Amino acid sequence: MSGCPAFAGHDKLYRDMPAMMAGLAERSDTVQGRAVNQSAPVTVEKASARVLNRAALTRRLVEILKHDEAVVAGIGNTNFDLWAAGHRKQNFYMLGSMGLACPIALGVALAQPKRGVIALEGDGSILMALGCLTTIANVRPRNLTIVIMDNGLYQITGKQTTATHGVSDIVAIARGAGLEASWIADETHFDVLIDRSFEHGGPVLYAARIDDEPGVGKTVRDPALIRQSFMKGLGTSRGGDLDR
Amino acid sequence: MTWSETILQTLKDNDVRLVTYVPDNVLTPLLRGVTADNYFMAVGATREDEALGIAAGAWMGGIKGCVMMQTSGFAVAPNTLASLIVPFQIPAIMIISERGTLGEFNSGQALVARTMRPVLDSVAVTHHTLTDEKTLRFMVDKSIKQAVSTQAPVALILSPLLTGGNPVAEAKLKG
Repeated sequence: MSGCPAFAGHDKLYRDMPAMMAGLAERSDTVQGRAVNQSAPVTVEKASARVLNRAALTRRLVEILKHDEAVVAGIGNTNFDLWAAGHRKQNFYMLGSMGLACPIALGVALAQPKRGVIALEGDGSILMALGCLTTIANVRPRNLTIVIMDNGLYQITGKQTTATHGVSDIVAIARGAGLEASWIADETHFDVLIDRSFEHGGPVLYAARIDDEPGVGKTVRDPALIRQSFMKGLGTSRGGDLDR
Repeated sequence: MTWSETILQTLKDNDVRLVTYVPDNVLTPLLRGVTADNYFMAVGATREDEALGIAAGAWMGGIKGCVMMQTSGFAVAPNTLASLIVPFQIPAIMIISERGTLGEFNSGQALVARTMRPVLDSVAVTHHTLTDEKTLRFMVDKSIKQAVSTQAPVALILSPLLTGGNPVAEAKLKG
């Protein structure tokens, strides 16, 4: 977006747009000290995506994070599994505003352009807020990565099916919105995609096909405490001595 | 200064740098000013709840945000106020152009407008109706300062008495 000072001073971590657009496949080096697996396919379609487990994938994500990246998890299982992966101060757990994990993450990304920001959202949630994908695609926050956990179910309300259980493809929708997007082939591919999103810059959307296992954690449901902890993690708390 | 210039200057005076919005005719001079001024980050959202979510994230990341919308759009936002903005103590500054009253032509606007103040009252969000250029700067400035100090949102409602109302409605009523 023109006239937006937030886009002027991105960290060197996020490279310029032509490098990103040049195609990710050519790159071969290490990213944040990790070897990039060149043989993994860069973009994958839904039919080639293995069914993964949300809790395991979330643990894997948290293990990859090395730079105090912010993680914003939507309602329900995405945030239960983020909690179960081990609380970090840079985690935000939403409570009731279904569909707003990506907009909240966008706000964090704009306010802190040097910090990597990840939104974790379910298929039912993102279907409720598809418009935000177009906003994010046009604002182009280089430091924002969206991960959609798609099991085609409103799992928490009784496993009613969502549109992605039918003919709708969330990665195709994201591409139509103007985002770079891929299905996640398997765990190794996930590692590569996340590393690459930090190296080349976003915004990107990755979707995982997941099973219907319930969320494993029980997030503390205290909104004021969640916000305060998150702001401490982002260095924006006003607590002063109260934060010690 | 016009009413819109006064509001934009008061946002600047209070370091409100992010403006998220869903457009409205009455908001046009504000949005024009925001997008023309490099001081502001302007983000056009597709829905008002999305605009509030972006402002909430920005506040937690250290930037004050203002959300601009019209009355009908406000009706999209109650769940976000009740489950995100109010309980998480986000001092969102909402600037809402008041449609549906004092010369509205669209009945779809008129009825939904009547839900706005009762909703704000029921979720305990402070609201002020801005009617007058003489008190405008004081009300906007003090409202932002109180919102930030008390970590509570505030709704500033732009009355047709201040803005002259919707120019399109004006033309239709004449026609």
